[in-house]
Amino acid sequence: MLYRESGQFKSTYAEDQQIFPIRQDRIAMAALLLVAFVAVPLLGDQYWLSAILTPFLVFALAALGLNILTGYAGQLSLGTAAFMAVGAFMAYNFVLRLPWLGILPSFVLAGLCAALVGVVFGLPSLRIKGFYLAVATLACQFFVLWAIQRWGWITNHSSSGVITAQKITLLGYPINTPATKYLLTLAIVAVLALAAKNLMRSETGRAFMAVRDMDVAASVIGIPMMKTKLLAFAISSFYCGVAGALYAYTYLGTVEPEAFTLDLSFRVLFMVIIGGVGSILGCFLGAAFITLFPIFLSIASKALETALGIEISHALVSNLESIIFGGLIIFFLIVEPNGLARLWQITKEKLRLWPFPH
Amino acid sequence: MKYKGYTILAASLLASAGVTGNALAQNEQFVPANFYWVGPYAPGGSGFGGGIIDYMQMLNERDGGINGVKLTWEKCETEYNNARGVECYERSKKKGPTGATAIHPLSTGITYSLIEKATADKIPVISMGYGRTDASDGRVFPYIFPLITNYWSQNTAKIKFIGMKEGGMDKLKGKKIVNIYHDSAYGKETIPVLDVQAKKYGFEVTHIPVPHPGNEQQAQWLQVRQIKPDWVILRGWGVMNPTALKAAAKIGYPRTKIVGVWWSGAEEDVIPAGDAAKGYIAAGFNLPGADFPVMKDIQKFVYAKGKGEFEDKSRFGSIYHTRGVVAGIVTTEAIRTAQARFGKGKPITGEQMRWGLENLNISDARLKQLGAVGLMNALKVSCLDHEGGGAVKFLQWDGKKWNVISDWIQSDQSIVRPMIEASASQYAKEKNLTPRDCSREN
Repeated sequence: MLYRESGQFKSTYAEDQQIFPIRQDRIAMAALLLVAFVAVPLLGDQYWLSAILTPFLVFALAALGLNILTGYAGQLSLGTAAFMAVGAFMAYNFVLRLPWLGILPSFVLAGLCAALVGVVFGLPSLRIKGFYLAVATLACQFFVLWAIQRWGWITNHSSSGVITAQKITLLGYPINTPATKYLLTLAIVAVLALAAKNLMRSETGRAFMAVRDMDVAASVIGIPMMKTKLLAFAISSFYCGVAGALYAYTYLGTVEPEAFTLDLSFRVLFMVIIGGVGSILGCFLGAAFITLFPIFLSIASKALETALGIEISHALVSNLESIIFGGLIIFFLIVEPNGLARLWQITKEKLRLWPFPH
Repeated sequence: MKYKGYTILAASLLASAGVTGNALAQNEQFVPANFYWVGPYAPGGSGFGGGIIDYMQMLNERDGGINGVKLTWEKCETEYNNARGVECYERSKKKGPTGATAIHPLSTGITYSLIEKATADKIPVISMGYGRTDASDGRVFPYIFPLITNYWSQNTAKIKFIGMKEGGMDKLKGKKIVNIYHDSAYGKETIPVLDVQAKKYGFEVTHIPVPHPGNEQQAQWLQVRQIKPDWVILRGWGVMNPTALKAAAKIGYPRTKIVGVWWSGAEEDVIPAGDAAKGYIAAGFNLPGADFPVMKDIQKFVYAKGKGEFEDKSRFGSIYHTRGVVAGIVTTEAIRTAQARFGKGKPITGEQMRWGLENLNISDARLKQLGAVGLMNALKVSCLDHEGGGAVKFLQWDGKKWNVISDWIQSDQSIVRPMIEASASQYAKEKNLTPRDCSREN
């Protein structure tokens, strides 16, 4: 009823091409941003800000990075965690060695370093495709971790290989409380998500999708393969690198190379698959599902125990949580193989017709 | 159907928000139990967690808590994973009338992640026998307590033990020692102190990393066979330990020449290796056994009432279990010390707990009262020294049980302390911290 676009006429090209063509969507988005930027930091407690929302945003950004490469450009990659590691450790080194630089330029430079690594390990994509490419990116995953663990300069010769993020300030304001860290993360993620959305609507994005859908046809119509594929690797790695830097600076505060194992690469890939391959919204939905659902399950099982007044063996509960989580992943993939973002799209289409479906 | 899923999700998210928000305003002392019951490291997490909970349960049942203040706890699964560990910490820190009393992360990685957060929140982190070594300098790390023995101290005791076995520290000259370590923050922690000792005593040390989780070690032990070391130090964790022992048996390296750290020296580490583990030596700061008076009390007041943590009764009195009991003793004695100063029979805050920990003195007489003589060594903590103990015993596995083969061996603080102070002051400089003046602490 409320979600109706009748009476909304578009009279210019600009109006026709905007990201949210329906007025209700624009209002909802503005309200969401207002809540995220103003209400949440004011009302959210420390637990929500630092243990739930900040990691959610960081992982959403990493998923966004992978989605650009895998979802839009069609290049399967298992090196996400490695690109994040490059971002995290290089941000640490830029802040350590060039302290006058400021935090945002350090993050950008760290992202550019990750992009460089991405381009180098993206070179095989010019010759190989699909699962074989995934195996090639595995090399990146192992090589980067090996380099970080063996090359003392990167961790500033820390004996344990763990780095602690320095205190950061932005324009003179210290970023040290959960609320300020959350706001910094949110601002960066919002800007980068908008950039990604627009990039995908531009010529570059369309070239990515052409390569994904059929690379032979794409090269026939004049899309340069090398430039497009390597650009996809670079942009994707840049996003992952910035996500890694945020992981270190606004989320955990300490980073050890073991945090960026293949396991994390798979988790980010699952976020993309569950959220929706080739969808910006899907990255956020997938990240929410993968990072928050286990926490929610653990809290819910505790609440259930208290409510029912019984005590179940904790080991059993912990194992059950993993089983339920795995089961739900399968359930969602069967119900909607195109991801949660597609579910949302179907909901929207139904809403536009409601209450008179045809 | 699809909408229903969202509604349930939203409703339960709201419900969980309510659950995290409530706090009981009673005469209770809340101690978080953030350990791990699943994954490759579950034997350690569940054993240690079981021990500390059993001990607190025993105090509640036998004495009605500490001076009438009941101990409460809540389990949270960290999966030995930093991100989950931080989430559990954030979830548990505000629970109970005074918030979390002190936290046992039971993971070196999680300890690192909590150093700054816990210091800001004024919640002591007790990393008993693990964690960041230079946190033993309490002037720089006021809220971090690597109690009893940190990794470096333990390592010097181990070299001393090897020296004793060789017939004197001067006999170490020219010997070859291989350090096989878990490639993580935990595993790497002793590399610098081993290098310093190698220089001092003139032995040759080779560090060989084993990637997590360590169930594949053929290449590493092939390297050991080439080096032909006189001793192997095993710095393993979880499934890596039995795998190492089996691999050593395969290349024919004598297990009596392998010395493990205490996270490689529990029943769970040797039983899966079967006969391959016979003769293997490991360090320990606590001893296993079900016959200590304190363990008998746990049997009588907790297990006899069916409230014990272990369903598998054979784990009762195992190394991890008694280590958890030692953690329980240390934690509750610090609470008692803090209560004596800040008000008996009242719950204490994290800040008061820190005072309690810094003034903790578990003497031999007190150990006797607690019924824990021989279970652990005496412990005295101060503002300057957040470690407090520093002695290690060595145990040997005979195929059925661990036998004590040494007395308490003191660590070599003349090596460790200067390294700790240098490392801590570097940390202070990096972080722009002013170390506390311990003479002003009361």
